[in-house]
Order: sequence, then C-alpha cells, then structure tokens
Amino acid sequence: MIWQIELLILIIVIILAVGALAVKDLLSAAILFGAYSFMMCLLWAIMGAVDVAFTEASVGAGISTVLFVAAVFRTSRRTED
Amino acid sequence: MKIGGLILVVILGSVLIYGSLEFPPWGDPASPASSHVSPYYIEKSVEDTSVPNLVTAVLADYRGYDTMFETIVIFTAGIACIFLLRIFRKEETETRLYRHIPTGITLRIEKSGKFPEKSAAFERIDSVWVPHDLIVKTTCRLIVPFIQIFALYVIAHGHHSPGGGFQGGVILGAAMILYAVAFNLRSATRRMGERLTVLLCTLGVFIYAGTGVLCMLLGLNYLDYSALAGVLGVDPVTARSHGILIVEIGVGIAVMAVMVTLYYNLASAGKHDEGL
Repeated sequence: MIWQIELLILIIVIILAVGALAVKDLLSAAILFGAYSFMMCLLWAIMGAVDVAFTEASVGAGISTVLFVAAVFRTSRRTED
Repeated sequence: MKIGGLILVVILGSVLIYGSLEFPPWGDPASPASSHVSPYYIEKSVEDTSVPNLVTAVLADYRGYDTMFETIVIFTAGIACIFLLRIFRKEETETRLYRHIPTGITLRIEKSGKFPEKSAAFERIDSVWVPHDLIVKTTCRLIVPFIQIFALYVIAHGHHSPGGGFQGGVILGAAMILYAVAFNLRSATRRMGERLTVLLCTLGVFIYAGTGVLCMLLGLNYLDYSALAGVLGVDPVTARSHGILIVEIGVGIAVMAVMVTLYYNLASAGKHDEGL
C-alpha cells in the first residue's frame, strides 16, 4: 500500500477523534464520529481485514450515526461540559 | 483539574505506546498469534468446512460459541433498551396535528380534543414542521427494495466474500430505518410492529441456539454442524457449510430486529408515537 495515503488517513482519524471529543454541538459530534468510523473502515481495508472493514462501515458509519442522531433529537443539542 | 487530566492522559498514553513496542512486528510468521492454531485454520478450513472465506469459517464454525454469545449480547442490548426507554402507559400527547390530504390544510387538536383516528381524508403528521416530501418518499420507496436485496446477498454470500449475518442484518435494519426516516415512525410501526420485532429478536437467537441443540440431539457436540448431514442429506463437510448458513440467517434476523427496536425506542423516546 502507498504509505503516504496511509499516513494521511491516520492523521485524519486522529483529527476527527479529537474533534468529536472537543466540539460542543452534539449533532456535529455524531457526524464527526461517523466520519471517524468511515476513516477507520478505510484503515481496516488497507490492513487487509476486509470483514472488519465491512462491519465498521455498516455498524460504525451507518447505524450508530443514525442512532446517535435519533438520541440527540430527543435530548438537548448542546453539551453542558 | 483540566491540566491534571491532560498530564494523566499523556502519561498513560506514552506508557501504552511504550508497551506496544514489545508487540511482534506486523505480519510476523513467528508471532504467538500466528504460530498455534492459525496455521491449522489456514490449511484445513476448506478441507473441514468447504467454506472459502476463512473468516466466516472461524467465526461461525470453529468459534461458534463466541458468535452465539455475541448475538445474545446484541439481543440483551435490545431488551435493555426496551426496559429503559419504553413507556407503556397510554398518556395523551399535548397537541396532535392532522393534515387534510385533498386540500393540505393542517388541523390542530388540543389535549382533550376528540378526533376520529380512522378518517381516510386526514393523515396524522408529526408536531415538528413536516413539509410535503414527495421526492424523498418516492426515492426511498425505490431504493429500499435494492438495499434489502443487497442485505440478503451479504447474508447468503458470507461464505465466499466479506459479509455475513451481522453486516447483512445491520443493512436489513438500515433499510427499515430509512423507511421510518423518510415516511414517519407510525407508518414504519404499521409495517413492522413492536411485537413482530421482539419476536424476530428471540427467533434469531432461537435459530442459532436451536441449531446447536439439534446437533446435540443428533449425537455430536453442541454446534458441531456435521451432525446435520443426515437431516440435510449431504456429506458431513458440506453439512458444516450449510450449518454456517443456518446460523448466519439466525444472526441476521436477530441483528435486524434489534437495530429496528433500538431506533424505534430512541427516536420516539419510548412512546412509539412521533419519531425523527
């Protein structure tokens, strides 16, 4: 695999993870977490774990983002701390 | 406090990174992970189970117990979500909105107001702003069957390509959730009610555990699918492949039903009345 792409994805993963923790708006945090899952899925695929990548894409980036958005919709949009 | 937390996190992180330096290098054939049972799986799994995808063979056959209890974990998550969120008490909502379909006029019914629920000219709409969304609804109506077919393909084709019960079940549940998002929660619960989803959760786990019990009744170990050879009318190696398919179908049904249950309860805060 091209190591530049791998490094780029790794940096994006770290940025998205810190962003999902730091951002005050919970809806943006949910979307950032979905993007983080998608980048993790790419990393799994690069490392040859295709089954794990598929699970990450469907569960992490797909369903759990929807469930987070549904939970944010029923609670408050902004975090207190 | 924040500074102290940061210092603690940095120290723990550097200890973890220092510990990971002791790991064997990536893809090392002499590492413990790839020197005990892995060579057996790599060399013998096609011979034993006639399944080309090694991951599926290990997940559903050699390590069948793990996958069964993973399914039970997901089942427990669904049941716990119902226990925590579901409100069974029938309390009347504040105001309800109805749209007159031929004219588009919206009626607002106050708390104790009477309105015939089964009127064909009116449809109930959510209390947040609901526009007419013909394009969204039509697109979803067109795309949902394709998503479901793809999900069934993922479940059935897990032997040969990446995929299997978990992923296929999640995609199947996502199709139902897409329908619920595009239309509304009430039309989704009319298609797939709460009783049906909970029944399907238990049915999926029952198929998995029942296959194991059937293997035991036929005289071999729990989840040793080669016992099914007589029932299915094939040789023991092919019977293991078919047994994997049976339990994957069970996992798919359970995961699909749990995902739909989680969405129903989270999106409506347990009331199953108005959703996202």
